[in-house]
Amino acid sequence: MIYLDNAATSWPKPPEVLKAMTDALERSGGNPGRSGHRLSIEAARLIYQTREDIADFFNSGDPMGVIFTSNATHALNLAIRGLLHPGDRAVTTSIEHNSVMRPLRHLEKNGVELRVVPCAQDGTVDLADMAKTVTPGTKLLISVFASNVVGTIMPIKQIAQIAHRAGALLLVDAAQAAGALPIDMQEMGIDLLAFTGHKALLGSPGSGGLVIRAGVDASQIEPLMRGGTGSQSELEEHPDFLPDRFESGTPNLVGIASLQAGIGWLRQRGMDAVREHEKDLTRQIIEGLSQIPGIKVYGTLDAERCVAIVSFTVEGRTVSEIGMRLDEEYGVLVRVGLHCAPAAHRTIGSFPEGTVRLAPGVFTTKKQIETALGAIARVVTT
Amino acid sequence: MTYGVVLFHTTASAMQAEKVLSKAGLKVKLVPTPRQFSSDCGIALRFDWEQKGQVESLLTSNKVDTAAVRQMEQ
Repeated sequence: MIYLDNAATSWPKPPEVLKAMTDALERSGGNPGRSGHRLSIEAARLIYQTREDIADFFNSGDPMGVIFTSNATHALNLAIRGLLHPGDRAVTTSIEHNSVMRPLRHLEKNGVELRVVPCAQDGTVDLADMAKTVTPGTKLLISVFASNVVGTIMPIKQIAQIAHRAGALLLVDAAQAAGALPIDMQEMGIDLLAFTGHKALLGSPGSGGLVIRAGVDASQIEPLMRGGTGSQSELEEHPDFLPDRFESGTPNLVGIASLQAGIGWLRQRGMDAVREHEKDLTRQIIEGLSQIPGIKVYGTLDAERCVAIVSFTVEGRTVSEIGMRLDEEYGVLVRVGLHCAPAAHRTIGSFPEGTVRLAPGVFTTKKQIETALGAIARVVTT
Repeated sequence: MTYGVVLFHTTASAMQAEKVLSKAGLKVKLVPTPRQFSSDCGIALRFDWEQKGQVESLLTSNKVDTAAVRQMEQ
């Protein structure tokens, strides 16, 4: 079996991640911050240390601004719905996932003014066009870091400058980028970063977070949920300090342990090495696909400018048939269709049919890519 | 024995304080917050009262958010 669906969720996970998850339940099984006995404190230590690890990994400058959520969608909803109110103005791009588009379209119906900057067919954005759209008074600019359909990497540092010149905050959807590319929030000027744990960070499903950069006023973000925090228990009102303001209910200790282990694994391997490996595989896929007659490859066709995600279609063939045959006849696992991103597929010109998406991961080998390319060539020509 | 107890707003700060103070070689212990003080956060940090000055300056210099510091006989 050749797993090329790492953009949906990474597989396999490093053994260290699996071990950290069982250890968390065996050794730190208390409810963090609730009880004060040794197992509760051990769980709280694990969670706090993971806040520090994440703040370091993304260089956000403040571990208290690391808010654990159940995935990137949850984090994006927290930021988008917490910041935007009727009358506010928000700007995003035409390459976004529905985890950004749907909350924004919902708010648009309720009085938020929304502008969508059109991206080019290869997923790139015209910065001059974006600067014109992000007018002074815009409250929030939301951009994906790397497209989940074509992998295209956005110029986040320049996008941050555009947002800040207009007095807007920048929220970045790093679902595909976190763990795949080095991210420095302070250097790049990212105010809010939404990430998920189960993709390139190699953690388990159900883990993720919103990282608030040091210096960003979190009091302007309304919490999505209120409830028990283990703090200020004498009050029936929800506390306003971080991280409790945005975290209520018993957290996903096992998922958080997996995140910590995933980040630890990536650090040990080195983010530059991870990136180089995935660039090699991406280059191999783009070159290989381009040699198969009848195949159209989407995106920048440049491994330097995308994460390890390549989309293609085949003239006269449905993507679902290709996906099914690759799985059933060759054991090559891919994802076909619209990838929860209709706007992105409209942008690249593959709506409503969608594409076949190949997403290798850190454990994929060049040999596996070679085999998968052979399988694709046979499926396409037979 | 006279102890000091640092109270916090959030568990995360208690964990941060423990890390900072232990790293500096101070003998501290996370304990359930003594009921007579506050119920702000379920976990408090107990230290040797004689080290109050050191504890406070380390917490300040590391920007650890605290709610209060109290004295306790045990």
